[in-house]
Amino acid sequence: MTDRTQGAPQGAPLHHVSEGGPQGPPLLQVRGLRTYFYTESGIAKAVDGVDLDIAHGEVLGLVGESGSGKSVTALSILRLIPDPPGRIVEGEILYKGRDLIKLSWEEIREIRGNEISMVFQEPMTSLNPVFTIGMQVMEVIQAHEDVSRHEAYRRAVEILKEVGIPDPEQRMKQYPHHFSGGQRQRVMIAIALVLNPSLLIADEPTTALDVTIQAQILDLMLEMKQRRAGASILLITHNLAVVAETCDRVAVMYGGKIQEIASIDVLFQSPFHPYTHGLLGSIPSVDGPKAKRLTVIPGSVPDIYRLPVGCKFVTRCPYAFEPCPDIEPPLIEDAPGHWVRCHLYPNGGKPAVPPPDHVKRGPGPVDPADRP
Amino acid sequence: MTADVLLDIQNLVVKFPVFGGVLLRRVGEVEAVKGVSFQLHRGETLGLVGESGCGKTTVGRAIINILRAMSYRVEISGRILYHHPSGIVDLAPLTRKQMRPYRADIQMVFQDPYSSLNPRKTVDQIVGEPLRIHTKMSRAERAERVRWLLEKVGLSARHVNRYPHEFSGGQRQRIGLARALATKPKIVIADEPVSALDVSIQAQVINLMQDLQEEFGLSYIFIAHDLSVVRHISNRIAVMSWGNMVEIGPAEDIYLHPQHPYSKTLLAAAPRPDPAVRRRKHG
Repeated sequence: MTDRTQGAPQGAPLHHVSEGGPQGPPLLQVRGLRTYFYTESGIAKAVDGVDLDIAHGEVLGLVGESGSGKSVTALSILRLIPDPPGRIVEGEILYKGRDLIKLSWEEIREIRGNEISMVFQEPMTSLNPVFTIGMQVMEVIQAHEDVSRHEAYRRAVEILKEVGIPDPEQRMKQYPHHFSGGQRQRVMIAIALVLNPSLLIADEPTTALDVTIQAQILDLMLEMKQRRAGASILLITHNLAVVAETCDRVAVMYGGKIQEIASIDVLFQSPFHPYTHGLLGSIPSVDGPKAKRLTVIPGSVPDIYRLPVGCKFVTRCPYAFEPCPDIEPPLIEDAPGHWVRCHLYPNGGKPAVPPPDHVKRGPGPVDPADRP
Repeated sequence: MTADVLLDIQNLVVKFPVFGGVLLRRVGEVEAVKGVSFQLHRGETLGLVGESGCGKTTVGRAIINILRAMSYRVEISGRILYHHPSGIVDLAPLTRKQMRPYRADIQMVFQDPYSSLNPRKTVDQIVGEPLRIHTKMSRAERAERVRWLLEKVGLSARHVNRYPHEFSGGQRQRIGLARALATKPKIVIADEPVSALDVSIQAQVINLMQDLQEEFGLSYIFIAHDLSVVRHISNRIAVMSWGNMVEIGPAEDIYLHPQHPYSKTLLAAAPRPDPAVRRRKHG
């Protein structure tokens, strides 16, 4: 491992603390995280050197396509990687100053639920179909806290009410199949938040839901966060529109690495990384001017067993030039709070090598004034 | 666009029976489509949007006449008038056998590129199958046509002997498109064709579908829940809710000036990839 392929130096602040925001060290600092899967086909480097900070009270989006390593990053934070075949090979995950990777199983169980909890994509498969909703919410409380059954019941009713389940006493007696998809996701959020964790990791929480329900669930998550001072959310999604609607900052992943981090305003207005450009160009607009054709990112995601040596995006990048195939660019802070991993940006946000003429610079943001 | 009608759906009603009790007797029914009427014009893309359970998929399946094969004792009424060169035919009451001559004209592309291709068949067999059924082509002619189709959808003729698992999701959807185009259809019903694909691959498949439409003069019924994708590809859009069609019109009219309260709700809920919009919404 050469120095060159390393991300930011250890302990370097990766986040740009906004004015008036909470000071002090971030809630969670991921440094040089590598999670590999050892399979018959070879070593899959699902997460290969991820550096990430989550500040107190912020909503951080983690965006990427399937196989980019976003979910494995989340599972690594909670130490939920199935071993074998997976293993956290290297790195630090500092949560309130403690390295989660070094914790014993008993200690990490204390962290899960109490401190960090998770909501998954499929609300049907994450709830147990043979237990009532009430039993499942109460189980979480009783597993972590020494409280009476009566007290657990009271708190379960309270949290279900808080997430907007009408008539919670009655609904406690029902089974998951009595609940709609959106309601099940509300229950999952209730279970995740009943112990008041400081960090909620939501992995594609609305992907299986209809748009109107999706909007409700995202609003609910933000509302629940508001009521818990200092709580943070890591929102994992493939949907950039969902990020724009909910997050404060966003990290873009590709090929097991963070490629770009910025506040959402900066990322959507002036993205640096060619991959981010491509992603933004691929989304048709709901109410902006209608494009005749979509900008595409050519080719497909590289084979995880044979990722390029240098930049992971080199095989699809219209700007690729001489150093890209062989040398992995470092993740550098190119503008305050705006980090990018690309040879085009050695400094100052100005490409070192002008892209070839036939390449159009990204889609460009739509000027709000142009909107009807 | 001239209003050259290709399909004329009149008051389509689809009811699925519900069986229950020990003897699995018919205990009720679910009306999935409650009297839907619309027309599909030649060369256009009609987007069919709505949330899960609104009946959009059932409408698509009713048109290609596979509901009877998929669901026991389903009741279909209303008319599905197909403007065939030899005259107007009502597809709704046709049996599988009677449907044969029109099947080649109306093809379907499915959502899941993993389950809609037979894993035991090679690409050659998958794309060639409709040709074997619907044409009298010789084996050599079929092979030639399959290679041509693969190139049209952006795959290489080298891929003919491979199996579906050797392809990525986007490539499989290309195979699905090649299969749909094999019989030179007039109408392609695409049911959530890009929903299972990654964002960057979605854009590739959407662009490909637009190119193919232009080249072959296809008419699409594009069924999807993603409002931005539907708007991008459609000339006209129909909004469905609870088995009813609540609004239909030119894409831009529906998106910029939705009339029906449900269309308004649906559009307002769609997330926008622009942080400025969020601030305007939430203040």
